[in-house]
Amino acid sequence: MDSQKKALLNYCIALGDDSLTLGHRLSEWCRNGPFLEEDLALTNVSLDFIGRARMLYSYAAEVEDQGRGEDDIAYLRDCREYRNFLINELPNGDFAFTMARQLMIDAFDVGFYKGLTQSADEMLAAIAAKAIKESRYHLRRSEDWIKRLGDGTDESHERTQKAFDQLWGYAAEMFEMASDEQQLVDAGIAVDRSALKAEWSSTMHSVLKEATLDIPAQDWAIGGGREGIHTEHLGYLLAELQYLQRTYPGQQW
Amino acid sequence: MTEKNPLADPRLAAFEEKISNDQRIEPKDWMPDAFRKNVLRQMSQHAHSEVIGMQPEGNWITRAPTLYRKIVLLAKIQDEGGHGLYLYSAAETLGTSREEMVQALHDGKAKYASIFNYPSLTWADIGMIGWLVDGAAIVNQVSLQRTSYGPYSRAMIRICKEESFHQRQGYEATMVLARGSAEQKAMAQDSLNRWWWPSMMMFGPHDSESAHSGQSMKWKLKRESNDVLRQRFVDQTVPQAEFIGLKIPDPDLKWNEERGSYDFGEIDWDEFMQVISGNGPCNRQRLQHSIRAQEDGQWVRDAMHAYELKRQAREVA
Ligand SMILES: [Fe+2]
Ligand SMILES: [Fe+2]
Ligand SMILES: [Fe+2]
Repeated sequence: MDSQKKALLNYCIALGDDSLTLGHRLSEWCRNGPFLEEDLALTNVSLDFIGRARMLYSYAAEVEDQGRGEDDIAYLRDCREYRNFLINELPNGDFAFTMARQLMIDAFDVGFYKGLTQSADEMLAAIAAKAIKESRYHLRRSEDWIKRLGDGTDESHERTQKAFDQLWGYAAEMFEMASDEQQLVDAGIAVDRSALKAEWSSTMHSVLKEATLDIPAQDWAIGGGREGIHTEHLGYLLAELQYLQRTYPGQQW
Repeated sequence: MTEKNPLADPRLAAFEEKISNDQRIEPKDWMPDAFRKNVLRQMSQHAHSEVIGMQPEGNWITRAPTLYRKIVLLAKIQDEGGHGLYLYSAAETLGTSREEMVQALHDGKAKYASIFNYPSLTWADIGMIGWLVDGAAIVNQVSLQRTSYGPYSRAMIRICKEESFHQRQGYEATMVLARGSAEQKAMAQDSLNRWWWPSMMMFGPHDSESAHSGQSMKWKLKRESNDVLRQRFVDQTVPQAEFIGLKIPDPDLKWNEERGSYDFGEIDWDEFMQVISGNGPCNRQRLQHSIRAQEDGQWVRDAMHAYELKRQAREVA
């Protein structure tokens, strides 16, 4: 496999991992939501992310052309081979933590997938065209929630501020390019993520301001997801996700 | 009491006439208190069943064996929650709020389908719930499409389409296991062994024992009896089990040529009574889960409410 093809494979898998880990976390809310309508709405968003992961993994399998399918990629890789940003794999915490995380990711995704619709790779552009519509809707939802929670009660304000304080340092890696990513940018295939930070910051500032929340201090950053260096949480996520495939190898389900 | 004698109360006479002409009773129509209570009991019980039923299926969301199965399961559970919402609002036409209905559930005053008090232990249980539990629900709900309370009838018509889709998906997932490896087939058979009798219990006590059936039939709230519906479920499900090579765990099950139906064994009514009186394997867990989710969400609902008040105040200002 030439190096650009290898980079494209890694790229699709990393984006798929972002979608799957977050979709998995959101699916944990199903039957646990703060009220029934919101339970169903969170499930909807989860379905969007898992659906996105399926498209990206299927395309990765096609690029690789070694007979693997979407489920081999999702279910048969271990922690160090997963490439998602750490923020996606963090446990849900309370509803404020989940929605704060969601705002940070949705604001990133809107910029990212808008860029990816222009990809020279037709399949990625097509996946992005679907994803950008979903992400715009997700962002409207998470903006609304953060405003309600930030400017709701004292308790909701406190919980939401605390959530952003605990999450903020995980944003940095969303704007750091992986080692083999630049060549895809040069080829017009990938998005230059380092260029997305300004727009992301301005979205975050305006939403948090309207929500009467403070922008957290910028003095820490934890990354490593794109290199397979994860939090301790991912192993448990994968243990659950992969349990049947690992216990009964090679079966059809 | 003016309700006793139709001659004494023209509203009751009009109500009785509607029922006998197979017309629907609508929320604005006058109805006897006992009728209102009875419909509310049925509808709220049905709504609670949809929502509590999300728990045993939800138990497998994060462990579904493929991404496709995960999406199908999530979407299915989401449908059930949607049925719950739809039924709660249909029941609210009777003048009781969703909050009050949920409170009655949490206080142990309202019931839900006893089937959901059994644990989902293996992946095969997910297919089995779709095939048997949705299958049994459809038999009941198709019959309820002709129920005499208008909003309930319309809810059943709308919900039935999705339920039959669930039933087919569940059957298909079970078929894949039944035709899979020896381990998978054993998993499917074990699951059928555990879910068969609880599914049979979904139709309730024998007609002769059923507390609410008589009056419900008279008011055409219930259109067919428990035993008739149970027989229909058996007759439709047995050939489906045979087709995929699974064995129904009932030694007394056999085709009765004369009746054109299957004869079957007796339900363990002691177990049934245990489960409906709150002592099934998961009754406590199901209620605790529901109460915990409700309590955990309180601050979120409070925040929404507070924000809405602030927003309205800003609009006025
Ligand atoms: Fe349902
Ligand atoms: Fe139902
Ligand atoms: Fe269903």
